[in-house]
Amino acid sequence: MASLTLTNIRKSYGPVEVLHDINLEIEKGELVVFVGPSGCGKSTLLRMIAGLEQITGGTLEIEGTVMNDVPPSQRGIAMVFQSYALYPHMTVRDNMAFGMKIAKASKAEIEERVSAAAEILQLTPLLDRLPKALSGGQRQRVAIGRAIVRDPKVFLFDEPLSNLDAGLRVATRIEIAQLKEQLPESTMIYVTHDQVEAMTLASRIVVLNGGYVEQVGPPLELYERPANVFVAKFIGSPAMNVFAATIDATGAATTATLETGGQVHIPVESRAEDAGTAAHFGVRPEDLVLAEGDAEVLFEGTVEIVEGLGEVTQVYFKEKAGESAVVAKLPGIRAFKRGDRLKLAAAPEKLHLFDAKGRSFLYRNG
Amino acid sequence: MHPALQGLLTIALGVGGCVAYFYLSNQFLDRVLFPPRGPNAGRNINRANMIRPWLFLGPALIALGLYLAYPVVETLRLSLTERVPVPGGQPGEYDYNFVGFANYAQMMDEPKFWEAMRNNFMWLLVVPALSTAFGLLAAQLTDRIRWGNAAKSMIFMPMAISFVGASVIWKLVYDARPIDQEQIGILNALWVGLGGEPQTWLTVPLWNNFFLMIVLVWIQTGFAMVILSAALRGIPEETVEAAIVDGANPFQIFFKIKVPQIKTTIMVVWTTITLVVLKVFDIVFAMTNGQWQTQVLANYMFDKLFRANDWGVGSASAMVIMLLVTPILVWNVWNARREMR
Repeated sequence: MASLTLTNIRKSYGPVEVLHDINLEIEKGELVVFVGPSGCGKSTLLRMIAGLEQITGGTLEIEGTVMNDVPPSQRGIAMVFQSYALYPHMTVRDNMAFGMKIAKASKAEIEERVSAAAEILQLTPLLDRLPKALSGGQRQRVAIGRAIVRDPKVFLFDEPLSNLDAGLRVATRIEIAQLKEQLPESTMIYVTHDQVEAMTLASRIVVLNGGYVEQVGPPLELYERPANVFVAKFIGSPAMNVFAATIDATGAATTATLETGGQVHIPVESRAEDAGTAAHFGVRPEDLVLAEGDAEVLFEGTVEIVEGLGEVTQVYFKEKAGESAVVAKLPGIRAFKRGDRLKLAAAPEKLHLFDAKGRSFLYRNG
Repeated sequence: MHPALQGLLTIALGVGGCVAYFYLSNQFLDRVLFPPRGPNAGRNINRANMIRPWLFLGPALIALGLYLAYPVVETLRLSLTERVPVPGGQPGEYDYNFVGFANYAQMMDEPKFWEAMRNNFMWLLVVPALSTAFGLLAAQLTDRIRWGNAAKSMIFMPMAISFVGASVIWKLVYDARPIDQEQIGILNALWVGLGGEPQTWLTVPLWNNFFLMIVLVWIQTGFAMVILSAALRGIPEETVEAAIVDGANPFQIFFKIKVPQIKTTIMVVWTTITLVVLKVFDIVFAMTNGQWQTQVLANYMFDKLFRANDWGVGSASAMVIMLLVTPILVWNVWNARREMR
């Protein structure tokens, strides 16, 4: 049985619909990340699952029970807020115990659960402090501890790392990954706009855009086989190079002419009726290599900007003046200069082909 | 000259004088005393900037010293003296003889003083508590409804009325007419409507104190509401949502999450109203003038100073009021400063 099922979920504010027909099944023990640009509706969806926003249409089931009109506290969820939302006037212990005190649990039980959660998160020495005496990372741990004490079926994280500085963010991200290992039975839903968090934490990622689900899948599947141009450009940094193209030859492999003039052979199946249609061709910056020998040259152009990061060198270049720049991410330190001529190639299996509407040829059925 | 013109002239002279003072004194400082020129330009700028705050503070310091600090010292002196006419002198010529604490001793012997102390104490307990409680309630309720702002304006409006004006309004509320006439006071109208006999409410001992207190509660609730409403809005919404997820009901959210978070503001409001209460004078003066056992300290002081012309005892009672106010004032200022940090 799925831990959480969303069926035809919709959300409107007055006449404005912000979430359209969301369908999603989340299995027990999964860590699902909702990711997308600002305003895509990911936080709204999470808050609807939490019960902090009314569900306009569709059904939400948690472990088989319809939860649309059940108050948040009875849904079996716990939420970790972006700003931690700790009660500033209560000690760490009272913060974590508040929910159980409201539920009139026995003192012994409260004590037991709070100490257990504090143990997991190494909060035991901080139990009698007030939130203002804690660092950002510690506050975030208390917020997570408060969620653990509730012993929920589903953990909800709303951008929990956004308020931390860069170094702490990495450390806390690893802590959350470890926490997930310690609680293999619990289902977690995690909202973020940071694709690194999404890629590293998720067992599955849900990419949202403009209130629609663009693609659902394991992180590497989204990276290797993006369902559309949006996902292709959203996952990966810098974003995938995407160019308009026209399909020439179809079959088990496809040949396309780029608007820039070059011709590419893509080992992706196409149908006879695709011949002559407009399409989009994509290749990731990190998949581009300097062309050697008789490899098919994808791009040839003049270097505009070189960004040396040590680990990699990012080269922005144009084939002709006025066109959008192509980005290549080449390993190591390279001594390119502005004005150098470069020929770039890529392994055939790293090439992506999308139709005129931006949908990947890989996912066409019927 | 027409009084309105006189008023305008006064305003023009006052405001113009202030502007001229600041402008000219700063010009003097920058052009004549320490001009930012020549070999010592840097030193002069620093010196001018050290002096400048005192130019701005000066007038206020002098005014406060003259009208606040000096009267306190003078009142203390008067409270320890006895004023007697100079033998064989002109009318209005007085000697001030040092009498130690005799004025205080005399005051302690007067039942009216103890009545005032008792009443002030009751005011102190009732008015700040009720005003803060009603203000908090109004703030919470009006924040959630569409016509909340209209309701807030209505509740705040009494703040704009002077204490004497409010007393006149409430005197009408408590007004009593003979039994055979129609009651114009709303309280008696209700009372008679429910089958009672018309009462002269302001003469009913003990209760009349509460009828007076309500006037101040009516005025101060608006103040409490405005401050507490701002504080309530400052509470992070996410803490409330976290409490909802934790299963708290609206009462628990209010009392266990919201109120504790604005505790310091509540205390500041409470103590500020306490200060107003300790100085309460106009309402009692205008409504009962301390009769029927409604005397309060400020009215007692007024009686002694300006009716009985007993400057000694009057000053002594003023000192008592100041002694009562000071600790609350200090605590209030300390609290407000901590809040600001």
